[in-house]
Amino acid sequence: MDLGLFAQYVMNGLMLGMMYALVAVGFTLFFGVLDVIKFSHGDVLTVGAFTALATFVGLTGIGLRSPWLELVVMLVAATGAMALLGMLIARYLVMPLRGAPPLNTLLITLMLGTVLRESVRLFYPQGGNPKPFPALLPRASIDLGDFNLRLDNVMMLAAGVAAIVALQYLLNRTKLGLAIRAVAQDEETARTMGINFTAIVLVTFAIGSGLAAFAGVMNGLYYNEINFGIGLYLGVIGFSAAIIGGLGSIYGAILGGLLFAALQTVGTVLLPFASAYKDVFAFAVVIAIMAWRPTGLIREKISERV
Amino acid sequence: MAAGRNDGRAALWPGVAALAVATGYLIALLAVERPAVVIALLAAGIAVVVAAAWLGLFGRVSAAFAEHENRLALGAVTAAIALAAVFHEDHFVLLLVTTVLLYSVATLGLNIQFGYAGVLNFAGASFFGIGAYTSAVLNTHTAIPHLVVLLIGGLLAAVIGSLLLVPVLRTRGHYAAVVTIAFALLLKTFLEVNDILGGPQGMQVPSMKILGWSFNDNIELAGVSLSFYMNYFVVSLLLLIGAFIVVRRLERSWVGLNLDALRLDETAASCFGLDIARWKITAFLIGNFLIGIAGALFGMVGGFVAPNNYTFADSLILVSILLLGGIGNPWGLVVATFIVVVVPEKLQAIQEYRFLLYAAMVIAVLLFRPEGLLPRPVRRYFPGWQP
Repeated sequence: MDLGLFAQYVMNGLMLGMMYALVAVGFTLFFGVLDVIKFSHGDVLTVGAFTALATFVGLTGIGLRSPWLELVVMLVAATGAMALLGMLIARYLVMPLRGAPPLNTLLITLMLGTVLRESVRLFYPQGGNPKPFPALLPRASIDLGDFNLRLDNVMMLAAGVAAIVALQYLLNRTKLGLAIRAVAQDEETARTMGINFTAIVLVTFAIGSGLAAFAGVMNGLYYNEINFGIGLYLGVIGFSAAIIGGLGSIYGAILGGLLFAALQTVGTVLLPFASAYKDVFAFAVVIAIMAWRPTGLIREKISERV
Repeated sequence: MAAGRNDGRAALWPGVAALAVATGYLIALLAVERPAVVIALLAAGIAVVVAAAWLGLFGRVSAAFAEHENRLALGAVTAAIALAAVFHEDHFVLLLVTTVLLYSVATLGLNIQFGYAGVLNFAGASFFGIGAYTSAVLNTHTAIPHLVVLLIGGLLAAVIGSLLLVPVLRTRGHYAAVVTIAFALLLKTFLEVNDILGGPQGMQVPSMKILGWSFNDNIELAGVSLSFYMNYFVVSLLLLIGAFIVVRRLERSWVGLNLDALRLDETAASCFGLDIARWKITAFLIGNFLIGIAGALFGMVGGFVAPNNYTFADSLILVSILLLGGIGNPWGLVVATFIVVVVPEKLQAIQEYRFLLYAAMVIAVLLFRPEGLLPRPVRRYFPGWQP
């Protein structure tokens, strides 16, 4: 394979990996503070992407034609709305079930995901069909030999890195981040230190869901198309990525996302005849990874308390 | 002796009365056509159920069912036959009832996994689909007797399910759930892109034939013409009776006791010497086998299979039935299957919204009545034993 094609694959893999990582980070954050897996996370992403699309339609309706301004408003609307949705879910569905059997939390978030997904399908105008997503980023590209470096991809990648760096800064350098980490480490001690547990959980869910909306917009811009099923797909893969990296670790989630994208890209390169089976391959990898390392590449150190 | 019988043992009549009322109600519901009447009937049904629950009648009914299960089971079969006799010419109603019977078989399989062993399976519809595709392929391309095809459908579902054994055994809770969700998505995508199996359009399933008896011909018996769905109804009813007996025996036996121990506390169960892997495998395979058989027959009943009928959302519907009925209670499952399958068919207005409605309903059930409509009774170790 020549270098240009190789670079193309690396670029595609990085884009995919960035999206997976953003979703995986959400799973890891939620697991950290509440020890729950929120299965509706992927569908929050879908709703976020559709919120952005609806915002775009609205903005076009009132005659706004500046792509940059539109993009900024879309991002703010989508992340803001999803942060709010994430907080509502945490407050009214996940937190009341803290004492319940884990199966109930699992089922409730799974069914909530279905409610969100079906709501998009039924109540968004023609939500059952794939919807075109506007290409708002500049379409310029640089040709490097065979390699066609698209400017919009570079910008999205940079935005993703910026989001993760910002999250990292928030978690490690601010008082809020300290509180989140304290709650994740030991809820009771954190409470006795005067940390408002409920508020921290809500903020964490807001951050995670906002990141999912960001990933949703990114997905739309990258493929120029969204449908109501993307969340389920990205949710399952994001969750697996979070597990590969070891739940609870931000770096692990990012690493997991990139690794997963790499595996998927390698799979497509090695099996070009089976490109239709791309998603089949992705899910097979999910199952295989769960069989190989059920608790992630970095094994859980704490044994179960009986 | 007669006095000893009366105190402590529940009376039979509440069970019989409940069965009779339910059958009459169901016949009425299936007979009416106009949406307004359907809604009125449904509202009346809900009101009666709420009133009965408020008056504490459910306790007596479930006591009757616990005490006189064999006789009431016979009564339930009679009720099903009476229902079929009333609608003997009506294709649509018989198809609907047959669907309920087959879905009940599938949820019974799921019940062994979820309800007894605590093994999560969010790919129920996928295994159902494996069964249906098996009958599509085998009926089209081979001359294997169709009853054997049903068995092969069940076996194939179990065999393909066993590919998931390693990840399911090595993972727990949420992680195991992801394995089965990934499998559900994988299988649907696979069926869609695979040209041999008809791709997104699916394929036709030739109708069932047993010893030259074609199931898709209407029947003439002593001057009375019966819908051809009556054939499928009879086979499905027999299948449900068989599955019900198996599940019930399994639950009561030491196997069921082991499975219960396993679900309630894996660590404690293994401390008492139970082989966790062995029982999880047993439950997972038997469950998938039942789902696969039901799917194989359902493929022949419907005459058509397509990937869109076996999606993750359909798997969640099966899980909804389980939760609504009360995990672990086979009687509850059959009731819940009737509700979940019949209501959207009678109220076409909500057909499109059924995934949404059932998901919302499960959330409500989990928040307000986590044990389901008909909770599983406490295990009875001896006849007449009061816990």
